[in-house]
Amino acid sequence: MHELSIALGIVKISEDETAKAKAKKVTKIELEIGELSGVELESLNFVWESAIKDSVLEFAEKEINIIKGKGKCIDCDTEFDMKFIYDTCPKCNSNFKGILQGKELRVKALEVI
Amino acid sequence: MCGTCGCGSDSNGPTILKPGEHEHVHGEHTHSHENHHHHHDGHHTHEHSHKHKVLEIEQDILQNNQVLAARNRGYFEAKNIFSLNLVSSPGSGKTSILERTLADLKDEIPFYVIEGDQQTLNDANRIDALNIPVIQINTGKGCHLESDMIFDAVKKLDVKNDAILMIENVGNLVCPSMFDLGENKRVVIISTTEGEDKPIKYPDMFHTSDICIINKIDLLPYLNIDIDKLKNYALQVNPNLQFFEISATTGEGMDAWYKWLKKNVI
Ligand SMILES: Nc1nc2c(ncn2[C@@H]2O[C@H](COP(=O)(O)OP(=O)(O)OP(=O)(O)O)[C@@H](O)[C@H]2O)c(=O)[nH]1
Ligand SMILES: [Mg+2]
Ligand SMILES: [Zn+2]
Ligand SMILES: [Zn+2]
Ligand SMILES: [Zn+2]
Ligand SMILES: [Zn+2]
Repeated sequence: MHELSIALGIVKISEDETAKAKAKKVTKIELEIGELSGVELESLNFVWESAIKDSVLEFAEKEINIIKGKGKCIDCDTEFDMKFIYDTCPKCNSNFKGILQGKELRVKALEVI
Repeated sequence: MCGTCGCGSDSNGPTILKPGEHEHVHGEHTHSHENHHHHHDGHHTHEHSHKHKVLEIEQDILQNNQVLAARNRGYFEAKNIFSLNLVSSPGSGKTSILERTLADLKDEIPFYVIEGDQQTLNDANRIDALNIPVIQINTGKGCHLESDMIFDAVKKLDVKNDAILMIENVGNLVCPSMFDLGENKRVVIISTTEGEDKPIKYPDMFHTSDICIINKIDLLPYLNIDIDKLKNYALQVNPNLQFFEISATTGEGMDAWYKWLKKNVI
């Protein structure tokens, strides 16, 4: 269950940034999670409460922006939506592609007090 | 809780041990724990100024692991160490492949091994029996290795220049894919008993690997697995994968793998 490591990573970033800003706690956290990032939102939500306990995030509102997967075929330049990392080019069927977006795993912003 | 290793408390954190060391010694797992302090500002919560400030930090959640992985990579490069991260489901044959490889090549190439498991020194003891320097990382509740553990383990192992470092990750096809250790090549191992659709069931691991070893080919007569189908699924996930088909038990197919290893150490 790597979602626990991910959640604890988010807590660490939040603790560091809150301290740097000389703030007390986080009132809202904005996350960006790509559909191809390998993180299951259900699992993340499942471990969230225990991960943020006793941290600056304990009472924070959590907002998750989901970023859709998009790829670009290396053989024919077609851009296409990706649901899975192994999706092939819809036009020429090639497996060779660059991933344009969807791998994100980011803390975008913290609202602190 | 520990942000890097996912340990519930420090006594649950990873331990890094050599065979023969006492198991109760807590390892030299050194990530900074200075942010673990709790906030006991209960009596000061009465300011009603509500000065909310927004910090636009845009920070990658895995950044800490990636920074330390880059440090490992630099260290390996400086010492001309060729490092491999072996990943697979539990029981696909990672340790067996290591045992045979080390036994066959140890007179030609200096090897060092880092073993990752949640519990026990069993795998390290199997390597130790071959007189190869080895260290065991027990991750406790953690289900994968992270780059800071490798940094600590490499220092403790005292890896010499011009060597091959084999890192056997925790048996788990899911989360080790997200954690770069700074390795030169990632090797995913799948055994013939696992079914040909593994690569699309666990695509991230195949997507991030460079080499795919198909192990236990001695069992093919007893199974109806279609190896070409397995490879095609794997190539659909990652068209750059290079394959080796081997049996760690009989030694079949190991020569091509050895050739590739030797090519990578000068
Ligand atoms: N028939 C056959 N059995 C094998 C082969 N390679 C490994 N095994 C057996 O598979 C079992 C697991 O092998 P290990 O090498 O311990 O597997 P592992 O991937 O290191 O396992 P974990 O570290 O627990 O994840 C053992 O019983 C091995 O004897 C092979 O090529 N053929
Ligand atoms: Mg093993
Ligand atoms: Zn996981
Ligand atoms: Zn195309
Ligand atoms: Zn720890
Ligand atoms: Zn894990």
